[in-house]
Amino acid sequence: MALLTIRDLQTGYDSHTVTPKLNFTVEEGDYLCIVGENGSGKTTLMKTLLSLIEPLGGQILYGGGLQKNQIGYLPQQTMIQKDFPASVREIVLSGCRGRCGLRPFYSKQEKKLAEANMRRMGLEGFSRRCYRELSGGQQQRVLLARALCATQKVLLLDEPVSGLDPKVTEEMYELIAELNREGITIIMISHDIPAAVRYAGHILHIGESVFFGTTEEYKNSEAGRYFLREVEK
Amino acid sequence: MTETLSLYLAFPLVRYALIVGVLIALCSSLLGVTLVLKRFSYIGDGLSHVAFGAMALAAVLNLTDNMLLILPVTVISAALLLRTGSSSKIRGDAAIAMISVGSLAFGYLLMNLFSTSSNLTGDVCSTLFGSTSITTLKKEEVILCVILSVLVVIFFILFYNRIFAVTFDEEFAKATGVNTELINLLIAIVIAVIIVLSMNLVGSLLISALVIFPALSAMRLFQSFKAVTICSAVLSVVCALSGMLLSILGGTPVGSTIVAFDAAAFVLCYLIGKLRGGK
Ligand SMILES: Nc1ncnc2c1ncn2[C@@H]1O[C@H](COP(=O)(O)OP(=O)(O)OP(=O)(O)O)[C@@H](O)[C@H]1O
Ligand SMILES: [Mg+2]
Repeated sequence: MALLTIRDLQTGYDSHTVTPKLNFTVEEGDYLCIVGENGSGKTTLMKTLLSLIEPLGGQILYGGGLQKNQIGYLPQQTMIQKDFPASVREIVLSGCRGRCGLRPFYSKQEKKLAEANMRRMGLEGFSRRCYRELSGGQQQRVLLARALCATQKVLLLDEPVSGLDPKVTEEMYELIAELNREGITIIMISHDIPAAVRYAGHILHIGESVFFGTTEEYKNSEAGRYFLREVEK
Repeated sequence: MTETLSLYLAFPLVRYALIVGVLIALCSSLLGVTLVLKRFSYIGDGLSHVAFGAMALAAVLNLTDNMLLILPVTVISAALLLRTGSSSKIRGDAAIAMISVGSLAFGYLLMNLFSTSSNLTGDVCSTLFGSTSITTLKKEEVILCVILSVLVVIFFILFYNRIFAVTFDEEFAKATGVNTELINLLIAIVIAVIIVLSMNLVGSLLISALVIFPALSAMRLFQSFKAVTICSAVLSVVCALSGMLLSILGGTPVGSTIVAFDAAAFVLCYLIGKLRGGK
């Protein structure tokens, strides 16, 4: 069974709908890119998938042993204040909090997991550094390591490369692709359609017309052709 | 000077007061960091006014144990304020300002209309700014304070990691299965308890200072949540102790002396932070 099956899902706030009815599935190991204009409801959809807001209609079915709370995610804008005192290690470790349940402290395994994920993100030697003193790209990697602590299966990334320079952007994409090769399912929101087409296996385009299919199908679809052409100009 | 001090310390009541003061300072500083970072400072302020109103009501009703009224009223208000604070529909800060000023006025009105005391201004003043002398504590109050402080410290230790997760990024914590509503509610309840406790020591107008100053000072100096928490606890206890001792020796009002120490510590930390930052 698919990890996530989305059936007639309508998202929005209170009774004001943002996205039309959506239908799509995410299989284990997929790399799905969600594209669409500003304000088309990508972040709203992601928050609904994370159960942060209630769906206005339709269903989200979790399968393949995935629990509702086992989705790691990278927020679009972090509400984290500029002056928040927190070390990299404290932040990464906090990704394990959800799995602790009632247990008050982190176990040895969880601490090891946090170390391992910091290494995976190339953050060795940063563990005692203060988060607010890192560069944007480094901060993004810290939050990615935290997300990895929260999941073994699925990562939801909301515009992970916004604000990064081209070189760091490329590194970020490679890092995400590497995670996908290691078997983690990726759902990424992006405005970078060329990169989406290059890396993703499936594309979900939301906006006036909704498209869901493989990247190949997207390239040949009307919406895809239009956007790719726009970018090339 | 040491003589005067040892003379005072011979009184059990003075010793009690010192114990109570240190415990209150410890408790209030622990959650101060979270309050400041979650932009909840205003809730602490609002609650202290609510506690003032409740205290006035208790005085008018002539309750033998006014804690029985003040504690529940403040805890319930804390839960309500938190709810309005997080709701996007109601202007949270406006609601809090309304409730806090309202209960301040209500409290003063009650005291004015019904008070049997001959020294009304003195009463009001001591509820607002803390008792002029800490030796007015009753033994039961001391015991209650010790019990509640121990509970607060235990709560803080057991929930430390959850408090961090919720303070740092509430949405992420919620999405990954932390019961953020419960944690927020617990934080609000504990804040209410701390505020009621601190009323006796520093009075309702000065409580916010006790909660916020140590956290802000520690944030000038340290970079990790743990270090900031520990530092603010230490600072708060040291300031409270020095404030109380000075107030005994100099006969100054306890609450404002402690807050003066806290403010001085903040200035010092700010300067140290500036010097280190600008090296
Ligand atoms: N908290 C909220 N309450 C009510 N409406 C909201 C809220 N957040 C967003 N919206 C509305 O929902 C719509 C979709 O917003 P959303 O953030 O999902 O867009 P997006 O596709 O992520 O855009 P972007 O590409 O700019 O990130 C917008 O019209 C926005 O005004
Ligand atoms: Mg968005």
